[in-house]
Amino acid sequence: MEESLEQILELSLTLLMLGGAVCACVFKDLLNAVIAAAFVSLMAAILFYFLQAPDVAMAEASIGAALTTAIFVIAIKKTKRVEEE
Amino acid sequence: MRILISCVLLVILSLGLVFALEQAPFGSNQIDNADKPGRFYLNQGMEKTGAANVVTSVVVTYRGFDTLGEVTILFIAAIGLGAVFHSRKKVKRYEKEKQSASLILQTGCRFLFPLIVLFGTYVFIHGHLSPGGGFQGGVIIASAFLLLFLGCEEKKIPMKSMNTVESLAGIIFVGIGLAGLYWGESFLENFLPRGMDYMLLSGGVIPIIYIAIGFKVGAELAGIVAGLIERNP
Repeated sequence: MEESLEQILELSLTLLMLGGAVCACVFKDLLNAVIAAAFVSLMAAILFYFLQAPDVAMAEASIGAALTTAIFVIAIKKTKRVEEE
Repeated sequence: MRILISCVLLVILSLGLVFALEQAPFGSNQIDNADKPGRFYLNQGMEKTGAANVVTSVVVTYRGFDTLGEVTILFIAAIGLGAVFHSRKKVKRYEKEKQSASLILQTGCRFLFPLIVLFGTYVFIHGHLSPGGGFQGGVIIASAFLLLFLGCEEKKIPMKSMNTVESLAGIIFVGIGLAGLYWGESFLENFLPRGMDYMLLSGGVIPIIYIAIGFKVGAELAGIVAGLIERNP
């Protein structure tokens, strides 16, 4: 029973990651897409933690979820949006 | 029509992936095979290197040369970004009349900044005992600088001393490797006394290398973020 619970947790985390990745591809607004990508990284960090890899989880959470998102957001803020109809 | 074709291609691709990966033993315990290096690292890593964290013993000692390569890649990326940012004439950061951050935000940033730096330092100093290490600690320190850049923009960060810290950390890393070549047998070999296991001062050169990596990564990433923020469109 305990193992199946863990499996359900891992499966749901993986599904959330997949949903976030699809959202990051589909979203038109770049800011939303970046936030979705950060969500994927965060879920990956939690998944790494449950798979007993805390080192990788820390790296993923700090680099993927925090710093990369900040760099992307700053880059989006500094650049102009050009939409062609 | 295009959507249909892409759907068919996606199905074919996923079926191919499934069939290709069907034979791979996901989730099985491959470490139990006696001749695999993983088993050696798990069983003998602790007593050979003195690092309680097996990941650290692999990253810093057995695969120390790879870590040097990773740090070099990050360094080259930072140099490239700096070249891109410096190509134009530098514009002053406060040219646009911006409303400065509120008192609460500034005070909060100044209060949180040392705590986050302390946490990052803890993570990379204890890299050989607990999860974490130079990269993670360095990134945490860089995120503390990010908070400072975002929260209180008036604060100037001395970029010159940051570059000096980064270069010094790189020199220390390579210097330790060369010292291991001189006093030991190979590059990055441990030449210091091992100390008592599970204590802070143990593992020989591992804590020194991790401190160097932490400073280097933190200074590099903080420099990247500072370059991004200071660059005007």
